[in-house]
Amino acid sequence: MHANTPDPAEQLDPVPLLDVKDLTVDLLSRGGDGGSVHRVVHGVSFTLHKEETVALIGESGSGKSISAMAVMGLLPATTARVGGSARHQGTDLLTLPPDQLRARRGKRIAMIFQDALSALNPTFSVGFQIAETIRAHEKVGRREARARAVDLMARVRIPDPASRYRDYPHQFSGGMRQRIMIAMAVALRPDVLIADEPTTALDVTVQAQIMELLAELREETGSALLLITHDLGLAAGTADRIAIMYAGRILEQAPFEELYDRPAHPYTRGLLAAVPRLDGDLDDLTPIPGSPPGPGALPSGCPFHPRCTDSRDRCATQPPMLLPVLPNPPARLVACHYPLEVSGA
Amino acid sequence: MRYLIRRLLEALVVFFGISLVIYAMTYVLPGDPVAALAGDRPLAPSVVRALREQHHLDEPLLSQYGHYLAGLLHGDLGTDFNGRSVAEQMADRWPVTLKLALTAWGIEAVVGIGLGVLAGLRRGTWTDRTVLAFTIGATSVPVFVLAYTAQVVLGVKLGLFPVAGNADGWPTSYLLPALCVAAFGLASVSRLVRAEVIENLRADYARTAVAKGLSQRRVVGIHVLRNSLVPAVTYLAIDLGYLLGGTVIIEGVFNLPGIGQLLFQAIRAHAGPTVVGVSTALILIFLAASVLVDLLNSLLDPRIRHD
Repeated sequence: MHANTPDPAEQLDPVPLLDVKDLTVDLLSRGGDGGSVHRVVHGVSFTLHKEETVALIGESGSGKSISAMAVMGLLPATTARVGGSARHQGTDLLTLPPDQLRARRGKRIAMIFQDALSALNPTFSVGFQIAETIRAHEKVGRREARARAVDLMARVRIPDPASRYRDYPHQFSGGMRQRIMIAMAVALRPDVLIADEPTTALDVTVQAQIMELLAELREETGSALLLITHDLGLAAGTADRIAIMYAGRILEQAPFEELYDRPAHPYTRGLLAAVPRLDGDLDDLTPIPGSPPGPGALPSGCPFHPRCTDSRDRCATQPPMLLPVLPNPPARLVACHYPLEVSGA
Repeated sequence: MRYLIRRLLEALVVFFGISLVIYAMTYVLPGDPVAALAGDRPLAPSVVRALREQHHLDEPLLSQYGHYLAGLLHGDLGTDFNGRSVAEQMADRWPVTLKLALTAWGIEAVVGIGLGVLAGLRRGTWTDRTVLAFTIGATSVPVFVLAYTAQVVLGVKLGLFPVAGNADGWPTSYLLPALCVAAFGLASVSRLVRAEVIENLRADYARTAVAKGLSQRRVVGIHVLRNSLVPAVTYLAIDLGYLLGGTVIIEGVFNLPGIGQLLFQAIRAHAGPTVVGVSTALILIFLAASVLVDLLNSLLDPRIRHD
């Protein structure tokens, strides 16, 4: 009867800003005869509400980045088939005509990419690239676009923005380049920001600064943030809710405190046990045995069962559904036949 | 700026090295140039002596080269054994070669880049395959076969173009020869551009450009194209030097009185000073072209800027 239980968030805002349902992605690889198809995202669903931060967490290859790209329509049509729906304020992005999708991209949904050095065009000045985003969506003159770009560079704390406008990406440090990417993404105050591993290429100290800046700008522009990362620690400081991805599926979804304190999925527990803590002993770190399956070699049943310490017969045959768990349905969801006890504590 | 000066100094060293080599090569060419001048009736010994003295033919190689350089520094490219100044001979020829070279170069650049972009964007389609077949054909047929065939079919049989000579002026007389000269370079440019376009379409920054909400036309025409042009521009600038060197074969087939023809005739006539003079001018053009490559590339791609 959980289906009738109202989501506290949905009560406030019945239509989520971004509502992804049953998202599937199949990658086609051209082989000798007709090639092969690999499903890399298996029915992923999540919502993002106004001014909320949701983190998609998973190891590399878990399908988190590819899910985000599918939502943005950035996967090449020749090699990827996307199914399901991704509604942005009620409009399905996946079936939107190209020109209407283009009009939303960069303006209402913006993306921050992982490696700013390769994600920025090396042959144009950073200022040009920021101003270009503005001019792609608003009828403004060169001079005004330039002035706004300089403002944005100042907002992301690039020192001496007016003179650095003409500089090229390779003339900036990694952190400064990522700030440029962020300036570009927030330029038009989008209501959804997708940040794909925004700090992975950076030093730890710079990481913290970038996350702080991102949180600050998110607040200022009123955007919702979808944070894609493999770093549980990074998500902890920023995310309201967390979705754990594994082998193209969401295994667990929960408000971040609950997830950290009482993981319901054995995989989440394993991840948490593998994170070093400042107050803990390094000897206490427990790696999860084995490695994630590749898209061509998915195990039957629950994709995690071969590595799971709690797996039983049923896990090998029957794939678990993502279902609400007590005591906080439906904000807490888990895809496990034998979830860990979470009601106590 | 400092980089440019360094490049020019390098060019100077290269220039002296190569010109010495060419000078030495004409020096060791078999046959006596003064005797070759006379044909069947031998010249009077006093004339022979005077000519040998005037051209320092009895001095050692390095001393001859020294005389030559001294003249060069005074802007004198030398005088051939027949008494005609080398500079004068070249002056007559340059306009012809210049028109031929620039026409061919323009065709290479415009058609080559155009076909390359088209094939890159429509990778794996019939358009791409047609361009591929065309470029393989253009690069594998020897230029004189292509030139003679074009001359016979398009010039003689169909009468679409003048058969030979430059009597009809630019562009009529130059179009067909220029197409033949351009065929190889055009094919090379289009292959280079195609590969780059395919590579750059997959690049992260192209994805960023799409994510920013830019139109497909702008993503390709501004972002991808600029990055894709670097190798083609390198090729085109070097090729301009080659084309200005006069394409001996094409000028021969189409009987165009350009630099290439002059060089060919000079070699056959043992006209050492002309050979060296023309070669010297060509070396200068090549060096200028390679400096131009660097400048253009640094304009296109700021990462290449040196200093």
